[in-house]
Amino acid sequence: MSIKRLLMIALPLLCLLLTQQGLHAQTKIITGRVTDRDGSPIVGASVLVKGSRSGVQTDADGNFSITIPQSARTLVVSSVGFTAREISTSASSFSIVMNPDNAALGEVVVVAYGTRRKADLTGSVTSVTAKEFQKGVINSPEQLLTGKVAGLQITTGGGAAGGGSRIRIRGGASLNSSNDPLVVVDGVPMDGGGIAGSANILNTINPNDIESINVLKDAAATALYGSRASNGVMIITTKKGTSGKPKFNYNTTLSLGQLTDKVDVLTASELRKLIQEEGSPSFLALLGNANTDWQDEIFQDALGWDNNFNVSGSLAKKLPYRFSIGYLNQEGTLKTNEFDRFSTALNLNPKLFDDHLTLNVALKTATTANRFADEGAIGTAVTFDPTQPVYGGKEEFGGYYEWLQSDGFPINLATRNPVALLNLRDNRSNVFRFIGNVQADYKVHFLPDLHVLLNLGVEYNQGRGRDIFDRRSATNYRTNGRVSEYRQMKRNQLADVSLFYTKNLDAIKSKFDVLVGHSYQDFYIKNYSFAAYGQDGLVIPGSEPVFPFDEPRYRLESYLGRINYTLNDKYLLTASIRRDASSKFSPDNRVGYFPAAALAWRMNQEFFRNSNTVSDLKLRLSWGVTGQQDIGDYYSYMPRYTASTPTAQYQFGNAYYSYLRPAGYDPNIKWETTTTSNIGLDYGFFNNRIYGTIDLYQKKTKDLLSTIPVAPGSNFVNELTTNVGNIESKGVEFVLNTVPVRNENLTWDLGFNLTYQDVEITNLLKQQDPNFTGIDVLGIQGGTGNRVGKHVVGHRPYTYFVYKQVYDKTTNKPIEGLYEDLNRDGVINQSDRYLYKQAAPDFLFGFSTQVNYKRFMFGLAGHGTSGNYLYNNVNSERAVFRNVQNPINFVQNTTREYYSTRFFNSQYFSDYFIENASFLRLDNINLGYTVGKVLQGKATMRLGASIQNVFVITKYSGMDPELANDGVDNTIYPRPRIYSLGVNLDF
Amino acid sequence: MKNLIKSTLSIAVLSATLLGSCAKKLDLFPTNDLTPQTAYATKEGYKSVLAKIYGGMASTGNQGPAGQSDIQGLDEGSQSPFIRGFFNHQELPTDEAVVSWNDQTIQDFHALRWNAADPFILGMYARPVYNITISNEYLREATDDKLASRGISGADADEIRSTRAEVRFLRAFNYWVMLDLFGKSTFITEEDQIGTNLPREINRTDLFNYIESELKALENEMRPARSIEYGRVDQGAAWALLARLYLNAEVYTGTPRYADALTYAKKVIDAGYELHPDYRQVFMADNDKAASEFMYVITCDGLRTQSYGNTTFFVHAASGDNFADYGVNGGWYGYRATTALTDKFEDLSGNTDQRALFTNMASASIQDMSNFAQGVWVKKWVNIRSDGQPVSDVNKEFADIDFPVFRLPEMILIYAEAHLRGGGGDLNTAVEQMNRIRFRAYGQSFGPGNIGRIIPGDLTLSFILDERARELYWEGHRRTDLIRYNLLTTGTYLWPWKGGTSSGTAVDSKYNLYPIPATNRTANPNLSQNPGY
Repeated sequence: MSIKRLLMIALPLLCLLLTQQGLHAQTKIITGRVTDRDGSPIVGASVLVKGSRSGVQTDADGNFSITIPQSARTLVVSSVGFTAREISTSASSFSIVMNPDNAALGEVVVVAYGTRRKADLTGSVTSVTAKEFQKGVINSPEQLLTGKVAGLQITTGGGAAGGGSRIRIRGGASLNSSNDPLVVVDGVPMDGGGIAGSANILNTINPNDIESINVLKDAAATALYGSRASNGVMIITTKKGTSGKPKFNYNTTLSLGQLTDKVDVLTASELRKLIQEEGSPSFLALLGNANTDWQDEIFQDALGWDNNFNVSGSLAKKLPYRFSIGYLNQEGTLKTNEFDRFSTALNLNPKLFDDHLTLNVALKTATTANRFADEGAIGTAVTFDPTQPVYGGKEEFGGYYEWLQSDGFPINLATRNPVALLNLRDNRSNVFRFIGNVQADYKVHFLPDLHVLLNLGVEYNQGRGRDIFDRRSATNYRTNGRVSEYRQMKRNQLADVSLFYTKNLDAIKSKFDVLVGHSYQDFYIKNYSFAAYGQDGLVIPGSEPVFPFDEPRYRLESYLGRINYTLNDKYLLTASIRRDASSKFSPDNRVGYFPAAALAWRMNQEFFRNSNTVSDLKLRLSWGVTGQQDIGDYYSYMPRYTASTPTAQYQFGNAYYSYLRPAGYDPNIKWETTTTSNIGLDYGFFNNRIYGTIDLYQKKTKDLLSTIPVAPGSNFVNELTTNVGNIESKGVEFVLNTVPVRNENLTWDLGFNLTYQDVEITNLLKQQDPNFTGIDVLGIQGGTGNRVGKHVVGHRPYTYFVYKQVYDKTTNKPIEGLYEDLNRDGVINQSDRYLYKQAAPDFLFGFSTQVNYKRFMFGLAGHGTSGNYLYNNVNSERAVFRNVQNPINFVQNTTREYYSTRFFNSQYFSDYFIENASFLRLDNINLGYTVGKVLQGKATMRLGASIQNVFVITKYSGMDPELANDGVDNTIYPRPRIYSLGVNLDF
Repeated sequence: MKNLIKSTLSIAVLSATLLGSCAKKLDLFPTNDLTPQTAYATKEGYKSVLAKIYGGMASTGNQGPAGQSDIQGLDEGSQSPFIRGFFNHQELPTDEAVVSWNDQTIQDFHALRWNAADPFILGMYARPVYNITISNEYLREATDDKLASRGISGADADEIRSTRAEVRFLRAFNYWVMLDLFGKSTFITEEDQIGTNLPREINRTDLFNYIESELKALENEMRPARSIEYGRVDQGAAWALLARLYLNAEVYTGTPRYADALTYAKKVIDAGYELHPDYRQVFMADNDKAASEFMYVITCDGLRTQSYGNTTFFVHAASGDNFADYGVNGGWYGYRATTALTDKFEDLSGNTDQRALFTNMASASIQDMSNFAQGVWVKKWVNIRSDGQPVSDVNKEFADIDFPVFRLPEMILIYAEAHLRGGGGDLNTAVEQMNRIRFRAYGQSFGPGNIGRIIPGDLTLSFILDERARELYWEGHRRTDLIRYNLLTTGTYLWPWKGGTSSGTAVDSKYNLYPIPATNRTANPNLSQNPGY
């Protein structure tokens, strides 16, 4: 509707302007020769009159001749791989030497609400384009960036097919709220949450369709996204249409994933020996005669096959397009886990009305089918008694061996047969996702400096699935199995209108552009609820939903403005402001303002204008305020009453009444506000053979959205999400890229980035209390409600809070239950626990290198962390004898760690279980070979091979030191090592 | 120029229309949740809120058995429920119960060594205050003005008005729990609005006086004793709570009130309550049949009132391999009693005194607290119906047993004890009434040779304490009783593992009260700590 209106305005104007064409101009001829610095001619370089599309190309000797209007002042000479040059038309013959385009400073980078020349950036933005992406089998876009960006931590949740990752830009800015960055796809900010039936909503975007991912880190870069920007922004831009004849590309990759390691548990004979020596005869009698490696039983080699086809070109030279389809099938290494994706992407990028109207249409669909394995099997495979067989149990429980109690039914609280957990559960989902938007950029005819931009977008997600526990399952036999259905729909609609005005004032050597805009975004969710059924078709009592569906919704309305000012091509100023109004807050607190300002000084233009040694030097200073409005609940400011489920009712007489409960609320809840300062230096030396950035930042978040205990009786809850507390973080990011060798046959690129980050909680309370010791966090497995960490003022979030283990001086083994009496009061109690380490690393680093020699390409990439620790819950829960002989008459296996401690009882709070989890992971080794022309010269072929997750170097004794959580390791879906082979055909 | 104006105007109009329509669109309301206006629009709405206030004693939240807890940040099943929490606080520190588990600080209860950081105590403070908070909300919304403003009148309005006294009783009962466990409380009434000021604290004597004045005020507003439908409270409950309050008045305020205790116990006795014929059936799945002896009962149902913290907890936690005898699908191998309890019975077979519902006497002595095989197994609460019919949860996971808060025998015991402590009354009445309890206990007889019958000479204070143990064990009375007799923390009476040693030891007298949880004192500086913590 809004497009229509725009066209109604635009069309008449257009007609008017078209009739005014045709004035005859005077012309002149200019000739020249274009060479590189070695004097070799550059063939096919384009020579254009600046501001027009008319131009010529250089011939085989690098010569050109162009006829231009008298009025033309400047020629632009450009060629791929070289920095474009502008030539004044004062002379009629030129010899033009082109400089290699090393750091691609002229490259245009997508930023918030627009694009910017890389050289003109004032904020901290890292652009990663397709050629720099992680190689190998990548099923989800964020994994393209692993280790590639300083200050960005991508941690996959594990090895699950279709699984997600934890993404942290500069560690996030929040304590209890989401720390996930805002993701913007082709100008449409995504809904942050996931969708029912998908482990990772980002995996619905095919990585093959992505042109670039830009990571916006400081407030100058992000503040235009206002209340959603505190955790940084990732802008994903998909590949666009090209010019010319259709070009086809097909690539296919076949991969094999294998387990690299297992949890080190006792074998059947070792367990038997242990119980013989240390246990009791009644438990010895429970042992079986099998020798089962449960981990071998549940894992498999996983095959993956990824196919992508795309065509791009231009229809009738008017309509650049790109269309792609992709099909991925990926098995998990855990049996019964599978992920399947069919995706399409269509981009149309026509320019209309004499290039005055540019349309960018991007439509993406993805249909994913997931089969989720019961990941509980990973933990039970560690503990299930290895002397028992997989089968040989009762037929009514599927023939699987299960621990039974005296009445012949499975023991309620016993470990379940891991293979049965996998095979007797079938949890499948289908998720459909559509992201579509139209961006219309209209350059106003009578005022070409003014653009009107309209961006209309829709994100639509539909997820549904069915989770079936077999009637023979030991967990659900009582109800004849359990069939539960789930379904969710999410729709996010966006309408942005903005005006963009650019003006060059050559007289005062100034350039400026101004943006003013309005944005409206509506997020609508429909959650369906269903009763669960047994496989006999009967409703399971108590599972009937109270309401068939719920429709949470929130809206965001914003105004935004930005001015970029450049003086003398040396001094750059950016100032912006966004005003957000969110329906999540009461009318009194609804509006927030998020300003930012940045200054940059291109020092190379000042001091090293023609220097080859210093090819780039830019100092950036920025400051800005961003917000965080992700409070989970969309209505938490208003008093509400909630109805109870059928299983929560009260009996009056002979009737049962369901409850109406007043919900807790905070009428004053508002945004978290983060103020970020950043100092950055971009550098490039030796014609950018060495280049990179250094950034120092400080972030201060106030009004943290924190769930804290409130005074009993002051609200309907004892813990309320409210604005309380402050957190500060600071960090240093260092990026170094070098090109040690670059010649005709051999190029060697080497990149390295290093991040230091530190976070400190500076306040957690509304009323200060000297006796307040902090908020318990980091729940663990074992016991009920045990937590091993604390948020404490003056420390990092999630610092472990434990006892200091005492060791035997001769054997160096920990002495069970003996801890340091840290406060020297003669008693070991809670007051002797101390704050010790945390899972957040001090340093993050990433490296990659690539060597291109003639037709060969070889690359390596890796990343790591240091200064981070993990609580080894796998051992603290399982490596105790008490766990082996469970009083409810079943035996569990222990990890080999037991031999080191010989703990009889659980010692959950010993610092013994906190281990250094610094690591270095070689993410991939890849090899490519360009075969060249094949199929009678009709196609070009490239071959690739890679190994992913090659090795990990760490002191950590558990299976994997890299976890996507806040610091408790309790078995992880193992990350497989993946071998892959790929073929790429261009035709 | 004209065009420029025209087009600028068009853009301005376009923007204005878009923006104007947006501003109002930011007022969004939830689909299923109700606002206070819609929740209280009908008498059914009031009844559902009333059910929530009653249900706060039986359920842990809005979803059974767990998922939408009323109390946040704690384990919903073990730390937020009323019945389970009350049991842990009243029974675990005494001779009547021990637990094998290692959940956080649960072992500190029997060892009498808890501190202000204890999560179970945090939950026990939170639950009554939560119930009080929602009671206040109901009282604010059920005023005559509010009813009139919502167009509720006539019989509907009368019915809602009459529930105000019930809600005030429940609030008084929850305040009594605070008084008994913590000796003081956060103090809020319907005058205190939500989310404004930090609540005040009320000290022990003032809290005692407040509860007393409330109960006396609403005594005559409630329905007559034994007249209201099952599950709700009438005069009988108010009298019973007054009797219990006065019996312990010396502990609470330093001033004995035994005459008042006797008066109110007598009011209940005289109201015509009857003992259910079979003691064992009073704790079975269909114990609503024993309603004739209940003044206040918390109803539980295996299908409709599911919780891991109501009577479901009793049957699972007390059973092990023998879970089938408890009418459940599996044992949690947790709670047992010490031999100090069974020592109070002359015959443990259950053949004479049917209240001796114990097994595992061969391994009754406890060496290892975490070994469920050691200790007295208590089979008092069972999820089996006396009529042999199936219970409501076919899976036998959740129990149907209702939890009686006030039973007639307690009132008789109060009468007798108050009499002995100088509260007046009549010795023969006391003995006669006590023999009602004994007669039922011995199976509608006094047993062979009338061994169960007592005579006036038998009636001593220590006999009454032991009789309370025999009659009321595992019903949440023991700690209060031991404190009244000054036996909980002193060395006068020791039981296995009292104070954390196998033969028992005296502990600091500060353990007669629980500490005010540190978390709450951080959130509300108005709250003061109990002595010694």
